[in-house]
Amino acid sequence: MTSTETRTMSLTLNIWRQRDRTKKGKMVTYHVTDVSPDMSFLEMLDVLNEKLILSDDDPIAFDHDCREGICGSCGVMIDGIAHGPEQTAVCQLHMRSFKDGDVLDIEPWRSGGFPVVKDLAVDRSAFDRIISAAGFISAPTGTAPDAHATPVPKGDSDAAFDAATCIGCGACVAACPNGSAMLFTAAKVAHLGLMPQGQPERDTRVLKMVAQQDAEDFGGCSNIGECSAVCPKGISMETISRLNHDLLGALRAGAVPTS
Amino acid sequence: MTLELFTVGEPIADTKAPRDVPINDRWNERKFRARLVNPANRRRLSVIIVGTGLAGGSAAATLAEAGYRVKNFWFQDSPRRAHSVAAQGGINAAKNYRNDGDSVHRLFYDTVKGGDFRSREDNVHRLAEVSGAIIDQCVAQGVPFAREYGGLLDNRSFGGAQVSRTFYARGQTGQQLLYGAYQALERQIGLGNVEQHPRTEMLDLVVVDGKARGIVVRHLITGEISTHMADAVVLASGGYSNVFYLSTNAKGSNVTAAWRAHKRGALFANPCYTQIHPTCIPVSGDYQSKLTLMSESLRNDGRVWVPKERGDTRDPRQIPEDERDYYLERIYPAFGNLVPRDIASRQAKNVTDEGRGVGPGGLGVYLDFADAIERVGRKAIEAKYGNLFDMYNRITGEDAYETGMRIYPAVHYTMGGLWVDYDLQSTIPGLFVIGEANFSDHGANRLGASALMQGLADGYFVLPNTINDYLADGPFPKVDASHPAAVEAEQSVRAQTEKLLSINGTRTVASFHRELGKLMWDYCGMERSEEGLRKALDRIPEIRREFWTNVKVSGEQGIYNQNLEHAGRVADFIELAELMCVDALHRNESCGGHFRAESQTPEGEALRDDENFAYVAAWEYTPEDVAPVLHREALEYETVHLAQRSYK
Repeated sequence: MTSTETRTMSLTLNIWRQRDRTKKGKMVTYHVTDVSPDMSFLEMLDVLNEKLILSDDDPIAFDHDCREGICGSCGVMIDGIAHGPEQTAVCQLHMRSFKDGDVLDIEPWRSGGFPVVKDLAVDRSAFDRIISAAGFISAPTGTAPDAHATPVPKGDSDAAFDAATCIGCGACVAACPNGSAMLFTAAKVAHLGLMPQGQPERDTRVLKMVAQQDAEDFGGCSNIGECSAVCPKGISMETISRLNHDLLGALRAGAVPTS
Repeated sequence: MTLELFTVGEPIADTKAPRDVPINDRWNERKFRARLVNPANRRRLSVIIVGTGLAGGSAAATLAEAGYRVKNFWFQDSPRRAHSVAAQGGINAAKNYRNDGDSVHRLFYDTVKGGDFRSREDNVHRLAEVSGAIIDQCVAQGVPFAREYGGLLDNRSFGGAQVSRTFYARGQTGQQLLYGAYQALERQIGLGNVEQHPRTEMLDLVVVDGKARGIVVRHLITGEISTHMADAVVLASGGYSNVFYLSTNAKGSNVTAAWRAHKRGALFANPCYTQIHPTCIPVSGDYQSKLTLMSESLRNDGRVWVPKERGDTRDPRQIPEDERDYYLERIYPAFGNLVPRDIASRQAKNVTDEGRGVGPGGLGVYLDFADAIERVGRKAIEAKYGNLFDMYNRITGEDAYETGMRIYPAVHYTMGGLWVDYDLQSTIPGLFVIGEANFSDHGANRLGASALMQGLADGYFVLPNTINDYLADGPFPKVDASHPAAVEAEQSVRAQTEKLLSINGTRTVASFHRELGKLMWDYCGMERSEEGLRKALDRIPEIRREFWTNVKVSGEQGIYNQNLEHAGRVADFIELAELMCVDALHRNESCGGHFRAESQTPEGEALRDDENFAYVAAWEYTPEDVAPVLHREALEYETVHLAQRSYK
């Protein structure tokens, strides 16, 4: 069986080191040996960090938590690709995707909207502010009718679910040549706009979310599609069409843009 | 016994459930008797909430909607990342949408029985009562639950339940429910009703004149240590499975907030009740950082087996039928591969202990789909479990359609937690504990799809209706961070942080965590015995001493220092581990997730001892060299009659 093979690898890692938001960063080269193909990418970094700690060096900071591809905490650029060569969150990337002798450049997400916090960790609070602006249905606790009061066509519900699986990791922004957060915003607009419960606020939602996205340091969307290509949840470009449709609809209905 | 294991203190009891009315009326009656706070006064009352998972996120949103001033703290960068996000299976509710005989009473009954008669009837009944409103609330928020073609919600049977009461959103139910709560919380943040504190970790509780009045936190990016005061404190900080180092919990999940509250006087209940999930992907090497769960629905079609001979390392496809032992089908002909989680887990341990385990290190058993694929075709199996086979392939590099899967049990959930009364208030007035962090509803074993139900019940519907009874006495005398109790707490946090950074020994934090986890897995895991627990209790104080003299924590206090965070958490896990072993040793019976080798039926099944152990063990913290104090809360079963579980 492949998993019991003892083949190990040696790799050279060029890793972005930056003490905090205010200091200048630089690439630093590390060598790792005895890397098992069954290790996850983050476990490989764990092993390197253990060595750095014991040699009085500063371990590499990277955000991570669930390590099963669902919390959205982790994410780095590997050789310029968000989350690396497989279309999955980097915690689910395993070293069998690499080969002995590889030289890898490992960098944090790069976008004005995501300032570096330390090393490979960035500040993604701009995403929360976009949700906070209008990425919700106003339904205070206790106000809900019976769950079966409003049937939802299965096709709509399934499409809403597909959009709602976005984990907010930020790979879309990191991959976009413009540093646009359009796929993230669009996923939420599509999710809520497809549900009957989301209709009353549909116009104001898209206007406010887009306005907040513009207020953050993100670039504009020019439909390149890198975002969807690296998205670990495969959020479709169709969500962006839905956002544009809703935005135009809201503007044509006479709404005044809030940005 | 050479040393006293524990001492016995005064019994403890819940005084909040109105026992003078029938069980069906208690929750309504409690809501009626609980004092209210005038909406205009709520603005003057502040509540600290630690955590943003299903319990914390829903509570923060709901209390803010009610008009309280909420201060919400969490350690991740965004509230959307709390570990509730990883729950796969579903959420139970007694809606009876399938007309299959479900009811509040049946959900209540199943949960008490499933908890192996070690939970409090009043709490469980309330949980079942509010379960339906949770689904309504989530649907109103736009949670995209699975639906039928007619547009109505789909349900499935889960974890061996005989009714279909589980609502789900593909294999990502926790994620979708959490995003519902997160969006409600973000709405309140946007409205200015919630003061947010991302990337902060609670490191102490401030108790003033016997009441919880604040917390001390460290900002994880800047290292700044600060004190925050309020009229009440709510802990929604999750479970403590990571005491085992390897578990299905997120890497950051920890016991620190709960443990530090325990050290300030909150009793910790039933710490030995842990749940071990049978269908996880086995460990592949020493570098392993966490374990991944695969939905136990796989056992509906997979057959569990190991080779009959020890040390048989052949490719599973080369092992003929008559040399395989389908041990669950052999031992439990009626339930076969669908026996409850604890039994499936323990039998996997038994066969690997016999040397018949498979895969690296011999710590695995096969879950084989060959028969199912032959019966219904590969396409049907793909449709049902495709995402799980993909996940297995991503992690192991193996094609499970061809080879079958290798699985092994892993720690998944902790039923124990801080003791709370019916109002979810701990033994420190003003300190409330919700979700997995409390001990309240699952007894000795949690049923599938009930964790999400409890988290949201506590946060949306229970706490917001009980905390007002406490806050009605407020606003409490104004205290700020200059109060001696707050200064003392902050100083102790600073002192511990400095101490950890100054030791500069030769062993990493992770190496201590791994050693502790292995010890707990071996002696306080799937099967516990007096001999093993005593070994652990001998070793843990040694680990603690070595940790505080020889740990190496890198870096500084004033930067993003994940190693320092981890060190503080491991220090608390070491102390918790000792209490878990004391609890497991004192409870000389088997119940739910706690299997004592000394207490089994002649057939090797768990044997409860209701005469001596039908109580909640609530532990009082004592300093290092003093035995902990046990406070018993007697459990009475007036509605569900005590019965032994049997799955033969």
